[in-house]
Amino acid sequence: MTTFSGQPGLEQTLGQAASLDAPARPPRRGRSKGPGIRGREGAAGWLFVTPTIVIIGLFLLLPVFAALWVSLSDWTGKGSPLGAHFVGMDNYDALLGKSGLAQRNLATSLRNNLYYVILVVPLQTILALGLALVLNRRRLRGKGFFRTAFYFPSVTSSVAIAIVFLFLFNASGVVNAVLQWFGVRGPNWFADPRGVLQLLLGALGVDTDNPPSWLSAHRFLGLSWWQWLSGPSIAMCAIIVLAVWTTGGTFMLMFLAALQDIPADIEEAAAVDGASGWQTFRKVILPQLKPTLYLVVTLGLIGTWQVFDAIYIMSQGQPSNTTLTPAFLSYRTSFTDGKWGQGAAIAFILFAIIVVFSLIQRFVMRERKTLPRRRRFASWEGK
Amino acid sequence: MTTTLAGRRSAGPTEALPAPLHTRRSRFGWLAYLVLIFFALIYIYPFLIQIGTSFKTEPDATGSPLNPIPGTWTLEAFRQLGQADFPRWFFNSVFVTFFVTIGRVFLDSLAGYALARLHFRGRTAISGALIAVMAVPGVVLLIPKYLVLVQLHMYNTYWALIVPLLSDAAGVFIMRQFFVNIPVEVEEAARIDGASIFKTFWSVVLPMARPAVITLTILSFQASWNELPHYIVAAQDPKLNTLTKGVATLASGSLGSGNQFPLKMAAALLMTIPVAVVFFVFQRYFVRGAGAGAVKG
Repeated sequence: MTTFSGQPGLEQTLGQAASLDAPARPPRRGRSKGPGIRGREGAAGWLFVTPTIVIIGLFLLLPVFAALWVSLSDWTGKGSPLGAHFVGMDNYDALLGKSGLAQRNLATSLRNNLYYVILVVPLQTILALGLALVLNRRRLRGKGFFRTAFYFPSVTSSVAIAIVFLFLFNASGVVNAVLQWFGVRGPNWFADPRGVLQLLLGALGVDTDNPPSWLSAHRFLGLSWWQWLSGPSIAMCAIIVLAVWTTGGTFMLMFLAALQDIPADIEEAAAVDGASGWQTFRKVILPQLKPTLYLVVTLGLIGTWQVFDAIYIMSQGQPSNTTLTPAFLSYRTSFTDGKWGQGAAIAFILFAIIVVFSLIQRFVMRERKTLPRRRRFASWEGK
Repeated sequence: MTTTLAGRRSAGPTEALPAPLHTRRSRFGWLAYLVLIFFALIYIYPFLIQIGTSFKTEPDATGSPLNPIPGTWTLEAFRQLGQADFPRWFFNSVFVTFFVTIGRVFLDSLAGYALARLHFRGRTAISGALIAVMAVPGVVLLIPKYLVLVQLHMYNTYWALIVPLLSDAAGVFIMRQFFVNIPVEVEEAARIDGASIFKTFWSVVLPMARPAVITLTILSFQASWNELPHYIVAAQDPKLNTLTKGVATLASGSLGSGNQFPLKMAAALLMTIPVAVVFFVFQRYFVRGAGAGAVKG
């Protein structure tokens, strides 16, 4: 199952995981049945789950431990990893501690992916929620048509879509032709490494060739503060557009399902009481959507930190490493450069980042929940 | 889903609503359509361009990118694809997808049934372990999966493409959730009649779970047809390229000279068609699959 950006599958995973809380135990069978049947059931139970356990154990659990070992070794890709030497935390040290190419590459990939996450997660959530709200209107003609149109990219292959976007964002492509209508000369998207934030600062009068010394003098993980502040490159922006466009539909369906579970009477009651459209949305609809919003942001964060497909197909990290992401760097370091220990270490660093971000998000979104939903509604009614 | 909604909505006393509400609705009515049409254009136009460009000549494709209708129609792109490795990629994709889908539906149903209905020691532990496993991000497994495949001497074989995808935790839980909601009485009747556990599962329970089986079939088909990273790390022999991997190599322009845009668009189009057909035929199952998360959340 693909768990990469934008493909359905991940949402399944989490949704189903959450549903384990639901009553799972079937009603207990009659007590008259003897231990013989129980025993037979036990054997059948194990028999039924064994293939799944073997496959998941071999190709999910075992790999994690194998990679943990490799990330602590100097394996070069030849022979058995078990024959490699234990080097302790050397690989992690080269990536995080010592200054050098490895550290600079990792820092660059983290920077690129961070901007990607910061832009894609809010944009796709807003787009999905907006489309769902408009589609959820009663007496809307062609509801099915629009829903299909928005959802279709989510089910198609990331490769096919990436290729189409390479064509659309080509220097003399569709996007630039449309920009021409508005008198804008579009950039050469996938060949343009300039950071958007730096371009913006340049437009505001900051000298980008000689950045302020307090920004260029300080370094973190081998990159100067000025480099950290570059913003996503123009090439990355095209990939961001692709991600938002593709995943919007999946999340829209989730919002739509949640919206349909809100009883119409609540909205009507609010309208009768004279609430404006915005008030109804803010105080009545949005609180009801909280669990879905939480799910969408969680899935968004997990998915965006793992972006690989689009990078692999469209840019391979180029131009000038500005579309390099940790996932792709991990792949490149292992398969192209043959530094398997470092590649595995990057994968674990990425794992840690995803866990940390999930925890932060959990904390932030739980914090706002302190006011019980019911009381919120009551306080609005009291006004 | 939609029908119940319509029923519920229309039941409301629409006539009795105060006037301002009505005017507000109609005032925003056309705006809603405008927004929807605008976005529909953004969502559909790329596909129109994809279809149109694949029938264009190369100068036409670069010359008038915005116009989806070819100046001169040509099948040159498809002819070129036919001569390249494309048919082989297509066959590989069909082959792998077929076995992955069958395997997944069967093994996921088996495990889902066991976790839902059969009492055995360690059931709770297994459920917990499967959920923990689902939390591991797929990208982290990329390199280690390669390591294991090499150690098992499966690397660079069809086995490597198929076997690791044969079962997935998410599918197990979809099936489990469905089996939990089927009444127990039917099974008990079958058991009293002396049917074995597998027979009960196979000929009584599974047919009742048809909607879930269809949903899982479609999700498995789509997931394995579109899979890319696993195929990248499972083999390097070009003979084992699936569509996703093969077309991805096309993207970097390994075939001849020039932009090759019609060729690339044609490849993208051909690999999209099977999924598109399944999607339009079984749309409601897709919607159910994607919605599963949100409804439970």
